[in-house]
Amino acid sequence: MTEAVSNEAPTDWASEAMQARIRRRYAQERGFKALGLLALTLACGFLLLLMASVISSGWTAFVQTQVRVPVTFDAGELGVTAEQAKANPELLRRADFEGVMQQSVTRAFGNGAVLVSDGAWLQLREAAMADPSLIGTTKDMWLIATSNIDQLAKGRIDLQAAEGDRPVTDAEIAAWRKLGAAGDLRKAFNRTFLTGADSVDPELAGVWGALKGSFLTLIVTLLISFPVGVLAAIYLEEFAPKNRWTDVIEVSINNLAAVPSIIFGLLGLAVFLNFLNMPRSAPVVGGLTLALMTLPVIVIASRAAIKAVPPSIRDAALGIGASRVQVVFHHVLPLALPGMLTGTILGMARALGETAPLLMIGMRAFLTSVPQGLAQPATALPVQIFIWSDNVSRGFLEKTSGAIIVLMLFLLAINSLAIYLRNKFEVRW
Amino acid sequence: MTLSAMGVRVGMLFAVAAALLAACSDSRTQIRIVGSSTVFPFTTAVAENFNRNNPEYPAPIVEATGTGGGIKLFCSGLGSRFPDVANASRRMKPGELADCEKNGARDIVEVKVGIDGVVLVQRKGGTPLNLTLRDVYLALAAEPFGRKQTARTWQDVNPALPATRIEVIGPPPTSGTRDAFNELYMAAGCDTDPAMQALKKSDESRHKTICNKIREDGAFVEAGENDNLIVQKLGANPAAVGVLGFSFLERNMDTLRDVPIDGVPATYATISDFSYPASRPLYIYVKAQHVKAIRGLRQFLDEYTSERAWGPGGYLQRRGLVPAPDGVRAENRARAAALTPLTAADLA
Repeated sequence: MTEAVSNEAPTDWASEAMQARIRRRYAQERGFKALGLLALTLACGFLLLLMASVISSGWTAFVQTQVRVPVTFDAGELGVTAEQAKANPELLRRADFEGVMQQSVTRAFGNGAVLVSDGAWLQLREAAMADPSLIGTTKDMWLIATSNIDQLAKGRIDLQAAEGDRPVTDAEIAAWRKLGAAGDLRKAFNRTFLTGADSVDPELAGVWGALKGSFLTLIVTLLISFPVGVLAAIYLEEFAPKNRWTDVIEVSINNLAAVPSIIFGLLGLAVFLNFLNMPRSAPVVGGLTLALMTLPVIVIASRAAIKAVPPSIRDAALGIGASRVQVVFHHVLPLALPGMLTGTILGMARALGETAPLLMIGMRAFLTSVPQGLAQPATALPVQIFIWSDNVSRGFLEKTSGAIIVLMLFLLAINSLAIYLRNKFEVRW
Repeated sequence: MTLSAMGVRVGMLFAVAAALLAACSDSRTQIRIVGSSTVFPFTTAVAENFNRNNPEYPAPIVEATGTGGGIKLFCSGLGSRFPDVANASRRMKPGELADCEKNGARDIVEVKVGIDGVVLVQRKGGTPLNLTLRDVYLALAAEPFGRKQTARTWQDVNPALPATRIEVIGPPPTSGTRDAFNELYMAAGCDTDPAMQALKKSDESRHKTICNKIREDGAFVEAGENDNLIVQKLGANPAAVGVLGFSFLERNMDTLRDVPIDGVPATYATISDFSYPASRPLYIYVKAQHVKAIRGLRQFLDEYTSERAWGPGGYLQRRGLVPAPDGVRAENRARAAALTPLTAADLA
């Protein structure tokens, strides 16, 4: 054998043919690397494009235009004096702040001017409730501007267009210019957007209601799908006999993971709402429906994680006399947990972005209050984005993108948690 | 042993799930409203104002399901599982009221909240159309006057019209706007022919087929229960004509314009005095039996029927609702206050 090798002439690396082969091989390698780089660049490019378009149209959602109005808290107009208000806050809460706001705006800017939002009187009520001694005095207040003034101030309106071709009137533009020149206009952080719920007026709409709805829904999903999914995976991997039934179950689970989410919505509608008579639009129903959807994903990820635990660990534990349950809960489960958690959190991230099943169970209702419990009606963040994107009002355009930014930050937080947990618990052997 | 331990855990889990179920079968406290997508923007505005003025009551839940679907849900029964209020962009049908009564919801109060026009709109920049009810009927009927539908362009219908393709985007049959379109445009355009009026007397079902059935060859596109989608589709297609409630035109004046019908443009004035041929009233239906059980329903009705909401210059007018005449408002306010139930005789 060695003789046969020594008889062969040594490879002539300098020969023309060999050099050509080497060049071709290097060219292939470079080509493949370039292709990979191109794919990566393309993916990053699309991501950047998406981020840039969302952020450029959405960052203004976090900014609010306000108008300075000298508000006179006239006791006569309010129908309540400072003393009465201190003694009985309920009386003050019912006072006519809307009228006071109208009066103050008319006094400052003349009749017929629509500059401040329909809901800006809530700011007056808040201020007066916090300090009843305001009644009878005049105070400069920064009130939320209407959506049209807001859009003008943010430069989102084409001023060159003819009056009939743009959403704001010439009178509004003139008023906006005047306010700007007088220094009665300012931009401030939009607290309403982060603390409020849905509204018919874009300047008063907020994402907190939807975000909390999403949060409550996901808690129910996690509480149900994680334990059930992990237990099912442990049973299937460690205890179940291998026979035709377990094969059928395995195929069904893999199938379920690929079923379109709208089907789970229909199932939720039929079972939870129509059969069990659970409340429509409630996070608990949304959570149960999404749990059904997430369950197969968690089962599959958990089984893969259990399979990855080396058999030697089981053998060693059994060898020193541990029972099967002890082996599983003392040894296999802790080692498989990082993989299970990763799978679960990815499943939850998918559930967070899901819209279709939630529409079926009525989580697209219009709600102006933040949900307070699991059985209270709520919407979810992606559904809120869907509802706002349908709204033709121009002010909702930036709110839609703003809500997308909030959703992406939420997703980023969840995924960071997944990476952190994986690194913290990961065991190498 | 191992299996029984597992069983205990699984059993505990089901116990938790059962507790969750029990926790949420409590009866509902907030007002639940379903129905027309045309009335939706007005009812949500009222709901929001109601919530601001009465924070002691939970905020109402408003869902747009279409008039037909909404009334069906509304009439499915009495109790906290069923909605308290239905928005409707057409009047309740006698059959629907009978359904309600059969399911135990006996005292239904009808409140006429205002007037809306079913308008034909197109994007600014397209060839301006000027149609008559007869043109619309001839262009969209499945069998215009009993003949086969052959029209491809508006010119085929009326030589005075431009030769653009007939493409109308409108709501689906579950929508009250569609019902109103059938009645105000299709049936009215059909009855411009005396022969059809004669047919109505001799063969009513044939008359209904000829007059109300809309062609299904792609010239009429159903855009789903979502009027904003129609607005967006029109923006992308200058040749298309859309069927919408007047408020949607009002809020999109910068991109859309109305198609005058019989020479009458769609404005607040022409719709409120019914000179625009396609004006219709909008309704809400309330279960009087729920007023005691659901906190705030009475106050919600008060808010809806207040002058600052539905009156001239009220916040609903700013959203595109055409206020009803003074007498009609007073009558409906009185009916809402007294909770006078609707009877089958009223609908006849």
